[in-house]
Amino acid sequence: MTITLRAVVSGVAATALALSTAVSAETLRWANVGDSLTFDPHAQNHGQTHTISHQVYDSLIYSDHTGAQTAGLATDWYILDDDPEVWEFQLREGVTFHEGQSLTADDVVFSFERALQPNSDMRPLINTIVEIWAEDDYTVRMRTDGPNPLLANNLTNLFIMSREWAEANNVTEVQDYSGGEENYAVRNANGTGPYRLVSREADVRTEMELFEDFWGMDQYPLEVSRIVFTPIQSGSTRAAAILSGEIDFLQDPPVQDVNRLQAANDIVVRNAPQNRSIFFGMDQGRSELRTSNIQGENPFADRRVRQAMDLAIDRNAIQRIVMRGQSAPAGMIAPSFVNGYEEELDRVTGTNTARARELMAEAGYEDGFSVTMTCTNDRYIEDEGICQAVTGMLGQIGVQVNLNARPNSIHFAELQNGELDFYLLGWGVPTLDSHYVFDFLLETKTDNSGAWNFTGWSNEEFDALSRQLPTETDLERRNELIAQAWRIAQEEVVYLPIHHQVLNWAMRSDVVMDVHPEDQPMIKYLTFE
Amino acid sequence: MTTEQTAGDQPLRPSLWRRILDSDLLYSFLRKPVVIVSFVLTVIIVLAAVLAPWIAPHTPFDPASLNLMNGFTPPFSANEFTGDTFILGTDSQGRDVFSAILYGARISLLVGFSAVAFAMILGVGLGLLAGYKGGWVDSLIMRVADVQLSFPAILVALMIFGVMRGVIPPQQQDQMAIYVLILAIGLSDWVQYARTVRSSTMAEKNKEYVQAARLFSVPAHRILLKHILPNVTGPILVIATIGLALAIILESTLSFLGVGVPATQPSLGTLIRIGQDYLFSGEWWITIFPGLTLLVLALSVNLLGDWLRDALNPKLR
Repeated sequence: MTITLRAVVSGVAATALALSTAVSAETLRWANVGDSLTFDPHAQNHGQTHTISHQVYDSLIYSDHTGAQTAGLATDWYILDDDPEVWEFQLREGVTFHEGQSLTADDVVFSFERALQPNSDMRPLINTIVEIWAEDDYTVRMRTDGPNPLLANNLTNLFIMSREWAEANNVTEVQDYSGGEENYAVRNANGTGPYRLVSREADVRTEMELFEDFWGMDQYPLEVSRIVFTPIQSGSTRAAAILSGEIDFLQDPPVQDVNRLQAANDIVVRNAPQNRSIFFGMDQGRSELRTSNIQGENPFADRRVRQAMDLAIDRNAIQRIVMRGQSAPAGMIAPSFVNGYEEELDRVTGTNTARARELMAEAGYEDGFSVTMTCTNDRYIEDEGICQAVTGMLGQIGVQVNLNARPNSIHFAELQNGELDFYLLGWGVPTLDSHYVFDFLLETKTDNSGAWNFTGWSNEEFDALSRQLPTETDLERRNELIAQAWRIAQEEVVYLPIHHQVLNWAMRSDVVMDVHPEDQPMIKYLTFE
Repeated sequence: MTTEQTAGDQPLRPSLWRRILDSDLLYSFLRKPVVIVSFVLTVIIVLAAVLAPWIAPHTPFDPASLNLMNGFTPPFSANEFTGDTFILGTDSQGRDVFSAILYGARISLLVGFSAVAFAMILGVGLGLLAGYKGGWVDSLIMRVADVQLSFPAILVALMIFGVMRGVIPPQQQDQMAIYVLILAIGLSDWVQYARTVRSSTMAEKNKEYVQAARLFSVPAHRILLKHILPNVTGPILVIATIGLALAIILESTLSFLGVGVPATQPSLGTLIRIGQDYLFSGEWWITIFPGLTLLVLALSVNLLGDWLRDALNPKLR
């Protein structure tokens, strides 16, 4: 009886405590079209997944809203003077995980080894690391395969887990996302980040609350004590939600509603060019396409067909009508932030339908061909609208496109299984260096390179250039190699670039937060006026 | 339908035209202006939908004929880039809204009529069987009907749709969508027919003409189809007319929710769904015009159904 009574009393006390903190607490209700795909930190290299994970997990280094590399769990990082192949990271002391474990160098070693597993989607970012070890409790060293002066760039989304927690919950293996596997780490998280995952219902609602023992309590404003993240698929519903005050922060207002939101008194829209390019990929490597009426040969394998398609797309019309001016038409698949970007390469191909038809005829497809285009409808700004527009434009040169638009969770699983002939993809460059684009999208697809190159394009000369980059320490020479590599890829029309995205973040007018060029809001920086 | 024999010097069966002119139905029809307007509107929409390929100014679903720069042209005014004019404006992809409505109404009506026909055949068949046979056949059919009646039609249709999505391979789902829609709406709507026909059949089967037929050992299916069915058609016609309006609305609802016909073959409901994204930003015509068409169509058919019910009910005459 006494025990019960005591339990009741402490329960009441706890409730009272919770109520008293709730009064001063600020909840941020945040919406976006799509959800995080998984909380397993190494299973998917996917923008929104990293964004949500950044609230819960920390990386050694992260990029802030100016794109600058900022100290996360590492306080200092450098290449050893006496050995250019070894990086050293000094770790922050006194960091605790949400479930109470203390962070040591061993956890970092464990996380990197986990991220190097075959199922890890983060592997291509760090596959130059051949050895990683703890020098002492707060020092980690990594040996790369040849000097890699840009390694730190690749670590901004590489999250650190607790070895103890992973072993206790049997999640030392990375989730096999494209295989449809689930593990404990998919719906549960134990990071060192500012917010603790409270509840998670995929595609419905994710709740996080401030972690009181967060290492950066004195460094960041941390004015938000509770985050409620809700994916809302319909554009007009998202706009209505922020107009009616049902949410406080809308990460992706529909382009057609930006003007109206700007005009609303209690809402501000902040914008900035985004570090992401939108483009189409075509499977050029197969002997025949899966979804085409042409059998026995692959129309995409002919460069003239790719050039014709490039000429048929009116990028300025897409920018003006579909994007309502909220994009920058593109000629290359890297935005202007990126080392290796050239205005000349980014110049938009002029639309020339007549020339495109000639090229189709030269390639032997004067009667055109049919193919299925696969798109997301909840990932990129106006993704389905872009696909519909391109479908119409390609129709004019005889390429009959059957459009299949669906949620990104299905799209990316099928894409990574290599099942798509013609697909939409957006790519950001967190490292701000062209090598990231080459490594993921253009190098020949092997276990160690071309992880997202589903085009089947393979060019020895290109690979040779790109593979010199990680170890080339002479920056001038390195930039020369990058320029040469880009020219090969552009000439071959491997991808059909559409535009670089422009970000608009709509928020309650008393919310202050700078737009992050990688579309990664970090709620720890958010303040209220 | 009742026909009155007037004078003895006329032939025993007057011509069809004569019978129509003399009918109570026509008499009642010509005295109700609302009904005449509804009838005319229905005929116009049905004709426009049937003749869409010939009268639509554009082929909205041939991607090659679209010009993206025509996107978001307001109604009755010229596009600022291309100078083209569209009577009801264009949508986000530069499709002519008027043509899209004509083609959309075609799909909506096709699904509506087919679903009603399907529900009618199923419901009338089961109703006749239940009413005539009685016993456990009756109990079984009517209990199933009762259970189904306790769920809203939309829920039943959504469930059938969900099951079919699981059964049909993904590549064929878009082509099969219309058939699945017809099946789902038809299956959710047969109960009305079955219940009405059953009760009429139970009343008819004890009348002298049925007993006479039985005496001559006419087989049961012949009695049902040749003797009883013609005498229970009045109520069926009424239910079918009202059912058509409901089927069109149900189809639009499903398509609005995104489970109906694919966006490449939009019905009125799909057009409304696509357009509603642009309501806030001021491009009202993309969703309002398909919405108005749906409203006028459903209202007209419903008013016709109401009138038919009153006109065929001897107690209200």
